[in-house]
Amino acid sequence: MRILIKNGLVIDPANNINSTMDILVEAKRIVRVAKNIPNRDVEEVIDAANKIVMPGLVDMHVHLREPGREDKETIASGTRAALKGGVTSVLAMPNTQPAMDQAERVKALKEIIKKTAQANVFICGAITKDRKGEELTRIVALKKAGIVAISDDGASVDNASLMLVALKQAKRNKLLVIAHCEDKDLSAGGVMNLGAISTRMGLRGISKESEYKRVERDIHLAEKAHASIHIAHVSCKESIELIARAKKHKARVTAETCPHYFTFTEEALRDYNTNMKINPPLRSKEDLAAIKQGLKNGVIDIIASDHAPHTENEKDVEFERAEFGSIGLETLFSASATALVHSGLIGWPELVQKLTINPAKILGIDKGTLSVGKDADIAIIDPDKEWVLHEEEIVSGSHNSAFLGFKFKGWVEYTLCQGEVAYFSRQK
Amino acid sequence: MSAWNKKDLLGLEYLSKEEIELVLDTAASFKEVSTRSIKKVPALRGATVVNLFYEPSTRTRVSFEVAAKRLSADVINIAAQESSVRKGETLIDTGRNIQALKADIIVIRHSSSGAPNILARSVDISVINAGDGWHEHPTQALLDMFTLKEKLGRLQGLNISIVGDIAHSRVARSNIWGLTKLGAKVIVCAPKMLIPVGIEEMGAKITCDIDAALKNADAVNVLRMQFERDEKKAFPAQLEYFKSYGITKDRLKKAKKDIVVMHPGPINRGVEMSSEVADSPNSVILEQVTNGIAVRMAVLFLVSQARGAQPLLQE
Repeated sequence: MRILIKNGLVIDPANNINSTMDILVEAKRIVRVAKNIPNRDVEEVIDAANKIVMPGLVDMHVHLREPGREDKETIASGTRAALKGGVTSVLAMPNTQPAMDQAERVKALKEIIKKTAQANVFICGAITKDRKGEELTRIVALKKAGIVAISDDGASVDNASLMLVALKQAKRNKLLVIAHCEDKDLSAGGVMNLGAISTRMGLRGISKESEYKRVERDIHLAEKAHASIHIAHVSCKESIELIARAKKHKARVTAETCPHYFTFTEEALRDYNTNMKINPPLRSKEDLAAIKQGLKNGVIDIIASDHAPHTENEKDVEFERAEFGSIGLETLFSASATALVHSGLIGWPELVQKLTINPAKILGIDKGTLSVGKDADIAIIDPDKEWVLHEEEIVSGSHNSAFLGFKFKGWVEYTLCQGEVAYFSRQK
Repeated sequence: MSAWNKKDLLGLEYLSKEEIELVLDTAASFKEVSTRSIKKVPALRGATVVNLFYEPSTRTRVSFEVAAKRLSADVINIAAQESSVRKGETLIDTGRNIQALKADIIVIRHSSSGAPNILARSVDISVINAGDGWHEHPTQALLDMFTLKEKLGRLQGLNISIVGDIAHSRVARSNIWGLTKLGAKVIVCAPKMLIPVGIEEMGAKITCDIDAALKNADAVNVLRMQFERDEKKAFPAQLEYFKSYGITKDRLKKAKKDIVVMHPGPINRGVEMSSEVADSPNSVILEQVTNGIAVRMAVLFLVSQARGAQPLLQE
């Protein structure tokens, strides 16, 4: 199958391309990127005039829930949601049931992926057995089975000496450690950001200390182990300051945030909207501003969705009892474009970088570019199209989006995955 | 008189000054009913009020029950401990089942803040918050304000101090909203650990000095210290608390002579206040209980009116 994408504004930060070009795709790969490629022997021509053509997004923080909680999401439904959002590669977090803490389990998951995935799925292994923070997993075996990073996401490894050993082992095995930074003693029982709003709502607060104290510790441990560490879902100003300082000292630290943290504040919880109950929690206006600044000046390297599907039964309950998390694959691009590019904060190439090549580099996977010879994972974007997220249009297995009813600017029109048109929006 | 158009009463944060005044005025006209030999008006005849209590409560539940009965409504009490809730039914399902029974009003008490908000948007019938977590207890604050207005003639410009565990108190939050909206000045007073972050943004001033809180106060609302809920053993010891914050006759000597002393009950005598103060002429604690009925009658009546369910009003 030969597909020619014509006249799009090609944005490929890895190759420093930001101009109108054509892209020819054949047999899963990108075979040519040039101006005016003739459409000889081409089965499909996609007119991308006035559209942005970019590498498919790499979302390195996704909960696909399979195995164990297929009622929330499956590899199949989650990757379909990914494609709708222009995402062609995801990193599946290990907090499945059972957790990805044994090579056998990783192999079994790979089988499911092979059979049912609609997009590229990479696997993150667990740092400790059952993610309990007590006993390390066998990293060598996990790596052999095919994981690309380790994390106990959803929990932090409380025992500092255990975390240090994990970082040293990860370093030796050239694996990335992704840190969920939360001191549960400090956040215990909290359900939203601690402050005047949690006080007026009568809800237990989660202090910012519970996050940034752990960011500080984990950066310190990573430096000691000379290991790479990636700080997941950064939500507050103090964390960003710590990461900025570490980067100045040449620590191998990278950082991620998510669209909800630069779109909403704790104010969004006002009517006890459980879809806004997320961990770490939506913070203050000041934190939101710091996150935007961190994205602009590069302290925050990447944007991920932290796609966290939950059933209606788990969200349509008292606020304190509701699960934490929002789905985000379908809105990752549009929410980022709306809040960061259309607001004038950063340009398209900077955004594309944070959604494609940066996460690919951090994970060490061969994705996120439009280089000739690479997999043809491509997103075609209508940059100015406005749309509203309605529940009935969600394709993820769960509907718990913080963005329900939100108006976006920027729309994913086509997603190509490994050279095939894997998603096409019929809505014109 | 301005109109009431809210189907629910979830908290005083959500009410305007005019709406609060309307409740208080309506309560004033209902208060007389309880002094008659036949203490009943037909205002809610044929209506069903369900008291859905997820937390044990005697005084608030009884007060709502008496109020509803004096309006001629039928009252059903559901204690969550003995209902299908224990079998895993969700709050929303329970609410919809009550709606399917063709009840008109749910009065809900819940330990989880915001539960009434969530229930109210899931059903079409009225929801009245009878206390949710640390969030709000609007009818308690309304009866406190009603009592103050009755005693002092107005709320505008008054100095009201609220003393006790502010952090975990829905009564404090509702009082702050209501009193400040009606122009009173509110001071909250407690040991530092019991003052929640950012409470001043709701319009209250903060002090940890009980004498400062009492100095210019026209009234002091003394909260119950909920030692039974002190999971982390973080509260000061009872005796310690009484020494530092308990309202005693000696302390009141330095306050205005006719300072009004209130308490939402039940009192821990010798912890929040001395028996002497609780039983003194300054205390309006039992009048609060009486006024609670009038205020709850007003609220039940107004939310029904908002749903246009008042065919028998003209009788």
